[in-house]
Parts: sequence; structure tokens; C-alpha cells
Amino acid sequence: MSTPETTTQETETETTGHGDISVGVTTAGTSGDATASATRITPGNALRPEDIALAVSRGTAKPTEDVAEFALRLGDDALILAQRLGHWISRAPELEEDIALGNIALDQLGHARSFLSYAGGLNGKSEDELAYFRSEDEFRSVELFEQPNGDFAVTIARQFVVSYYQFELYRRLTQSADATLAGIAAKAVKEVDYHRDHSAQWVLRLALGTDESRRKMIHGFKVIWPYVDELFADDDLTARLAAAGAAVEPSSLRADFDRLTGEVLAEAELEVPQVPAALGGGRRGKHSEHLGYMLAEMQVLARQHPGASW
Amino acid sequence: MSPETPAGNVWPIWEVFVRSSRGLSHVHAGSLHAPDAAMALRNARDLYTRRNEGVSIWVVPADAIASSDPDAKGAFFESPQGKDYRHATYYTKSEGVKHL
Repeated sequence: MSTPETTTQETETETTGHGDISVGVTTAGTSGDATASATRITPGNALRPEDIALAVSRGTAKPTEDVAEFALRLGDDALILAQRLGHWISRAPELEEDIALGNIALDQLGHARSFLSYAGGLNGKSEDELAYFRSEDEFRSVELFEQPNGDFAVTIARQFVVSYYQFELYRRLTQSADATLAGIAAKAVKEVDYHRDHSAQWVLRLALGTDESRRKMIHGFKVIWPYVDELFADDDLTARLAAAGAAVEPSSLRADFDRLTGEVLAEAELEVPQVPAALGGGRRGKHSEHLGYMLAEMQVLARQHPGASW
Repeated sequence: MSPETPAGNVWPIWEVFVRSSRGLSHVHAGSLHAPDAAMALRNARDLYTRRNEGVSIWVVPADAIASSDPDAKGAFFESPQGKDYRHATYYTKSEGVKHL
């Protein structure tokens, strides 16, 4: 497998010509403490989905077929979770938590946009074409991500599992032989690190809080845990990518995942639920009954008004 | 440190101070609800630094802050007015001093 002829550095520096925000970005990198201000805020300097879309359109970054399929998997995971979490906005237990979940949703949406922009580079498709104009069986997300929000504890249980899995995955992908994958992972891993902390804090508080909150937390993990095994299932694609140094076998993340989640669960005085694993099949387009309804809601506007912008 | 939880199952209020850059002071950014200090820091991060505003956050239980009495404005804050001699305005600037 060949590596795209681009480096993360190149995609990061090509910030001109697509959006006013780049004006702030290019100066942000050079502004030291000498120009520090209590009121002037810059957006900061980081790899953005727009940078990847630009690199792809210019041909400076192009995924191999295998890498594109892998990026599609990770992009779909993040997109579906972002859509799920977005449903909490205006519905969370407190305003502060509303915003916290909204921030996590937006982080995930950012990762999805990056991965999908890159995956689309294989066949010249945009992130929007991939997000809004594929049908259910073309989505490659695992079933965990599409599971319903349930109550707050179910959402926290799902987020806890997702965050610890994504952290271990992205941490390793920063070393990917594919420079764009490595760049996206390097940006994402810091954000996911915070998602881990957020969900772990809530697992502890709910599990060690009142009798009712503890009952709900235990129930949340029981509902979510059947979908854990699918996260760590290897297949031909991951074997080829691992051999090429572009990714790692999902099964290789399991030991760290078990150890780190185990530490939090032990502190929360919770047991790992003993439940049978769900059938899975998301990576092959076989999804639980929930995804179709989600996609109908997510895609209806773009399909009703193709090309609409606002 | 954990402030007393008010009645009615409402999270207590915390005041948030954000430092935007090294070398600057923490500045009051606003307030929020949180069940404890650890969550208050996280909520502050989510509410007040999501547009790259900060490098450091302090949270303080709102009821730990003693504030001046708005009714005492005259006695507290109007007495220094007109006391020019408290300002360094009568000195002649020495030659070659740029920043004064």
C-alpha cells in the first residue's frame, strides 16, 4: 500500500482561500504572549475538515481504497453518535450538561467531517454526499453508536464505552503510515480524552449517588454492554491495514480498554455486566432497527432540497 | 470545597474566572450550576472556553465570595474622587523614558 504524498504539515498550512476564519488562523500561530489580549480571541490553529477537503480536491491527499473504507467506518461512527447526542440539546438534566453534551456532539461531528472528507477523496465525493445520500446498508458504523439515547445514564454508559474505545484507537492512529489519518487522529485524540473524563465523572457520580441514580447507571451499562464486542472485531480490511502500518487491529485495543474502563468501574463499585454480545454486523452494513429511523430524520432536509445551503 | 446545596435539589452556583493567556490575570467570566468543584471546572470549560478563550480556569462557590454593598457606593467608592494627588500626574517625565 502506498502512502499519500502529503504530510500533516502541508494540510495544516494550506489554510488560505477558503473562509474568512483562515485570516485569524494564520495569525494565531505567530501570536505569542507579546500580543496577548484579554478580549481578542482567535479560533486557534488546528487541522480542520476544510483543510482535508481542500487537500483532497487539490490531489495532495488521496486515500487508498482500504484507507478510504476505514475512514468511512470511523466517520460513520462519529456522525451517527453526533446525531444521537444532538438530540439531547434542550433536553439534558441541566443547562450546563446540555452544553457539555452538545460540545461532545460537535467534536464528534468534526471528526466525522474530517474522516468523510478524506474517504470521499477516493471517488470525488463530498462529505455531504456521503452523509446524506447513502442508504442504511451503505453505512459502516458499528451498532453501539446508533443505540437510542435512553435516559441520561444510558447515554453516559454509551459515551463512556465510546470514549475509551476511541481514545485507544486514535492514540494508535497518530502513528499511522497514512499521514492524513494520523493528522485527524492527532486532533481527535485530545478531544476524546476530554470525553473520557466527562463520562467517567458521571459514571462515578451516578453509580455512587442515590439509590435511584445507581440503579439507572447499572441499567445503562446492561443495555449498552452487548454492543461492546463488535468494537474490537477484526476483519480482512483491518488485517490488511495493520500489515501496511496504516491502522491497528481492533482486537489489539481490547486489553487497554478493559483495564482502563475496569479501573473506573471498580471505583464506581460496578461490575462489568455479564450479558450476551449482540450479533453485530455494522461494518458490513447490517444495522440494528434504530439506524433507519435516525437516517430518515438526518437526511430528509438534504434530500428534499438537494444543494440547499443556509 | 463544596458549598451547601440549596433546598429543592438545585445545583449550587459557582463563579468562573478565566485566564486568557500566560501573564494575564484571571478575569470573571460568569457563573454556572454544578454539583461539586470537579464538575464546576468541567462545566466552566464547556461554557466559557469553547471558543479558545482560556488557558486556566478558577471556580469559586458563589456563596464564598463576600461582596461590597451596592447601597454603600458613596462611602465606599466616591470618596477618592477629586483627590488628584493620589495619581502620579505631577511628575515631569525624565528624558529618554519611553513607557510611562
